[in-house]
Amino acid sequence: MSDSIDLIVKLIPLFPLMAVIVNGLFGHRYSHDLAHRFAWGSVLMSFLCVLAVFTETLRTGAAREVVAYKWIFGGDLTINLAYLIDPLTCIMLLVITGVGFLIHVYSVGYMHGESGFTRFFVYMNLFMVSMLLLVMGNNYVVLFIGWEGVGLCSYLLIGYYYDKVSAAKAATKAFVVNRIGDAGFLLAIFLVFVNFRTLDYTQVMQNAAQLSPEMATAIALCLLIGAVGKSAQLPLYTWLPDAMEGPTPVSALIHAATMVTAGVYMIVRNHAIFDLSPTAMTTVAWIGGLTALFAATIGLVQTDIKRVLAYSTVSQLGYMFLGCGLGAYTAAVFHLMTHAFFKALLFLSAGSVIHALSGEQDIRKMGALKSKIPWTHTLFLIGTIAIAGIPPLAGFWSKDEIMGHAFVHHHYVLYGMAAVGAFLTSFYMFRLTYLTFYGTSRLDHHTAEHVHESPMVMIGPLVVLASLSVIGGFPGVPPENGWFHHFLHSVAGVAGEEHATAPALMLGLMGTATVIALLGWGLAHYFYSGPSSAADALAARMPGVYTTLLNKYFVDELYDRLFVEPTKQIGRLCDWFDRTIIDGLVRSIDRGTDASSAAITWTEKHVVYAGLNIIGYANHLLARSWRRLQTGMVHQYAAIIVAGLFILVHLILLIWTGSGSNGYLSR
Amino acid sequence: MTFPLQDLLTILPELIVIGTACLILALDPILEATKKDVLAWLTLGALAMCIGLTSSQMTGRVSAFSGMVVIDAYAAFWKLLLYIVTGLTVLLSLAYLKAERLSIGEYYGFILLALAGMMVMVSGADLLTIYLGTELMSLSLYVMAGLKRTEARSLEASAKYFVLGAFSSGVLLYGISLLFGLAGSTGLSAIAAAITAHGTGDPLLSLALVLLAVGFGFKMAVVPFHMWTPDVYQGAPTSVTAFMAVASKAASFGAFLRVFVEGLGAASADWSVLFTVVCLATLALGNLVAIVQTNIKRMLAYSSIAHAGYALIGVVVAGGHSGEGASTGFASVLLYIAIYSFMTLGAFALVGMLRKEGQESDQIEDYAGLAKREPLAAFFMLVFLVSLAGIPPTAGFIGKFYIFMAAVNGGMTWLAIVAVIFAAISAFYYLRIVMVMYMREAEGSIATHSRLETSPALSLVLACALAGVVLLGLFPNGLWSLASQAAPLLK
Repeated sequence: MSDSIDLIVKLIPLFPLMAVIVNGLFGHRYSHDLAHRFAWGSVLMSFLCVLAVFTETLRTGAAREVVAYKWIFGGDLTINLAYLIDPLTCIMLLVITGVGFLIHVYSVGYMHGESGFTRFFVYMNLFMVSMLLLVMGNNYVVLFIGWEGVGLCSYLLIGYYYDKVSAAKAATKAFVVNRIGDAGFLLAIFLVFVNFRTLDYTQVMQNAAQLSPEMATAIALCLLIGAVGKSAQLPLYTWLPDAMEGPTPVSALIHAATMVTAGVYMIVRNHAIFDLSPTAMTTVAWIGGLTALFAATIGLVQTDIKRVLAYSTVSQLGYMFLGCGLGAYTAAVFHLMTHAFFKALLFLSAGSVIHALSGEQDIRKMGALKSKIPWTHTLFLIGTIAIAGIPPLAGFWSKDEIMGHAFVHHHYVLYGMAAVGAFLTSFYMFRLTYLTFYGTSRLDHHTAEHVHESPMVMIGPLVVLASLSVIGGFPGVPPENGWFHHFLHSVAGVAGEEHATAPALMLGLMGTATVIALLGWGLAHYFYSGPSSAADALAARMPGVYTTLLNKYFVDELYDRLFVEPTKQIGRLCDWFDRTIIDGLVRSIDRGTDASSAAITWTEKHVVYAGLNIIGYANHLLARSWRRLQTGMVHQYAAIIVAGLFILVHLILLIWTGSGSNGYLSR
Repeated sequence: MTFPLQDLLTILPELIVIGTACLILALDPILEATKKDVLAWLTLGALAMCIGLTSSQMTGRVSAFSGMVVIDAYAAFWKLLLYIVTGLTVLLSLAYLKAERLSIGEYYGFILLALAGMMVMVSGADLLTIYLGTELMSLSLYVMAGLKRTEARSLEASAKYFVLGAFSSGVLLYGISLLFGLAGSTGLSAIAAAITAHGTGDPLLSLALVLLAVGFGFKMAVVPFHMWTPDVYQGAPTSVTAFMAVASKAASFGAFLRVFVEGLGAASADWSVLFTVVCLATLALGNLVAIVQTNIKRMLAYSSIAHAGYALIGVVVAGGHSGEGASTGFASVLLYIAIYSFMTLGAFALVGMLRKEGQESDQIEDYAGLAKREPLAAFFMLVFLVSLAGIPPTAGFIGKFYIFMAAVNGGMTWLAIVAVIFAAISAFYYLRIVMVMYMREAEGSIATHSRLETSPALSLVLACALAGVVLLGLFPNGLWSLASQAAPLLK
């Protein structure tokens, strides 16, 4: 039994990998129908395997390690391609393969007729492989492979519509910003290795307590840099809204449900290290809280349906980080799961709207779509209610638990930020719903003629996701004591969570959360349900605030000025320096040399001048036959070599000065 | 003067290579222009024999010619690597020379002569032997760089390389003469003994150290002795560029490590500081300047400079340590250069064969829409670039992983941090090519005329390079254990 489960575990990432190879190599030889069947079929197979593994884990309740093969070894370093299956991995696997499967099916309808149909599914399956490795690995290196792999696939998929310049730019931006995070992550891996002499989670977590507080903080902060990049938190969040240039199923799968939650997974996986460092925990909590609020304010005024959802994703990820920072790891994973359901639902419904409107994404050009695409309307509304946090839908339970945790543990400022964020979330999501589906139609004539409901292959997955958004919160009921909490207790349970909350306080917090959500709805209803111009009037009254929000606080421009342009400038400067060297440099080095020791002057006389003479003579010979040769350059290049030589000589003298001279000269 | 037969047997691979080179130079005038391919196959045959011979020299340490030459696992490691990259270069040249309509038989002779020089470099145990090898290699490369006799850029590359190369050889020779003055011998072991006896606090020794560093730094193309690299790499025929970027760099690292470890190991405290500075400058300049390049050969030139910087990290770390730590540091350098060879060779092979109306299409703009025109070639390029950027699970990641691990293990975490940041920056310029290939439409003449000139030989080169990049990424242990055995121990 145990062996067969081990085999099933190994098969989970292999199915999509096989689909990648088959579709990638032979995809152009057969029809699109066969290609997409391989693609979603492989994910379905993985999902079935995950179900088997999940059942087994439920039965035994024990973690399981499966070694696929020995990868790197030598000296005291051994890294296996090995998997760790514990409750946390099981939840992640269920979300990734389950939601992933639904999105694959939806894509068959959504991507129908696109050029590069097969290529799209190859990238999607490659993404699945990487994401599965990311959550299944039993050590940091496998996690890192998955981590880079999902980044690469995200890059390729954002740039899928490569005829759009903006898409290509967004792809590069996503990749480079992520690489900044990855650099932090890689450093964390090195620090872990130096301290533990191993990279396996199990051993690291067992011995985590031996870390000094400073080292724990250093490792945790490096990990946090990685998590912040991948999960689009302040200050590295700018790539995610731009990533919306990719096809909508990609936004749903990668930029909402799975990849962006990798940072949360990573923090929860390493919570033993984070727990040792109050500094790191506070940083995580504040980054989460600030991001939750900050992104929500930007979401208020955006006019692109997908960008609103993107900022909402950034904001919701902020809640998950807040949960992690407060030590409420189970609540964070719980919110990760429910968010995957309702955000995938929202993105895919938005995709259905875009599909119906022949590619229109601007909500100012929508309106009154309720009767035209009733299915999509109902499904989008369910998603909105779920994310707004209105009970008993999924979003309420998980968000309320994180906020409740903040309140109960006396983090009132963070609670306040989360509460304001929740109010704004409810407001902008209902604003989006009203502007899209209600009010008066602002469609242009041509688009209006072609509005149509999406085919069953798209609506079907949406219905499943909508059901999950409705019931997905119940495994976590009652709060802090549901099935979900017991299941995850062995991996994510910490002392802080066993804190029993008085029932009255709990109900009070729940009531407050509900009221906040309803208030947001009410305000959105007041502004946007009818043909009222109240919203425009408000924007006109506060032009400064409105412009700042519309331009996303000008952060992109700021980063461009601060980092991107200077880097390019330095590159250009060095390039210029490489091509045309200032004589002054050489001269100043000459001057410096005069003042230095006899040995150097002697060298200058014998080596440099001799060298330059040789060059001069050689040039003279060459110039006769090749007049076009840029002789001046060669002089300068040689001069730079000499300059480098002198710098090194000075350097070595610097080291040497002070150590007693007992060498050959004094003999 | 007579040599014992045993000594001649020891350098049998070198003799075979030189003999074949002479044979090729003799056969070349006799052969018809259409049958010059025979010479390439002759070259490959000689390489195959050498691989067999050198594989049997992997264990033990044999000295020959009164200690001028030494054959050990270290030399064997580099030689095997050199055979492989030379073989791939020969295959690439078969395709490239045809595309360029160059019918030059002596080309293969020069490749073999350069290889002979490199082999002498890595197995020289005496500064003069190593100098001899360096000169043999360089002289052959000067000629090869100017092979496109009708093209000004190629001639300019050759002339620049020659003038600056001669200059750096002068510096190297000067360092050697100073060491000879100090130790009374040019043998590495004698120099090591003299330094141990007298200590390291001597300005002349330091000067000699710097001069040698400059000489080798030029050959390895590290900052600030890298100036020639972009011009020469861009101007030289691409098959020669590939050979210079890979084989010449590998051999220079091989000789450099041997000299600084076996000869100047006692002064490692001094030179590791020196190379820290050089390493930082190399990483910074290589990576930053690569960002703004518009010509792919220039971009790859700066990329190769940057990669020398990563390899130097291993040297710096090893220099600061003794025993186990040093060995790991050096082994990671060997591993890094070997991995670097495969990905760089693969990238240059593609660059050389992407052509527009018979000309090399080497502007980055020319790669627009390549994924549509040549999906397979674009995919190969993608893998090579991803590997150069150090993204797992390719071999490039393994190389960086061992280097950074060595740095962290050796207590130089700050250096690892700097290198990791530059590796992050490097993604920008590698991925830019990917972006151009996959996400931009070709315009105008590029769409209609720029295409890959395929041939069985090129396919074989690309397949080997790809296999190297992928397999070494998935199964690095074989190479790592080879590198660990070969890594010299600081005495």
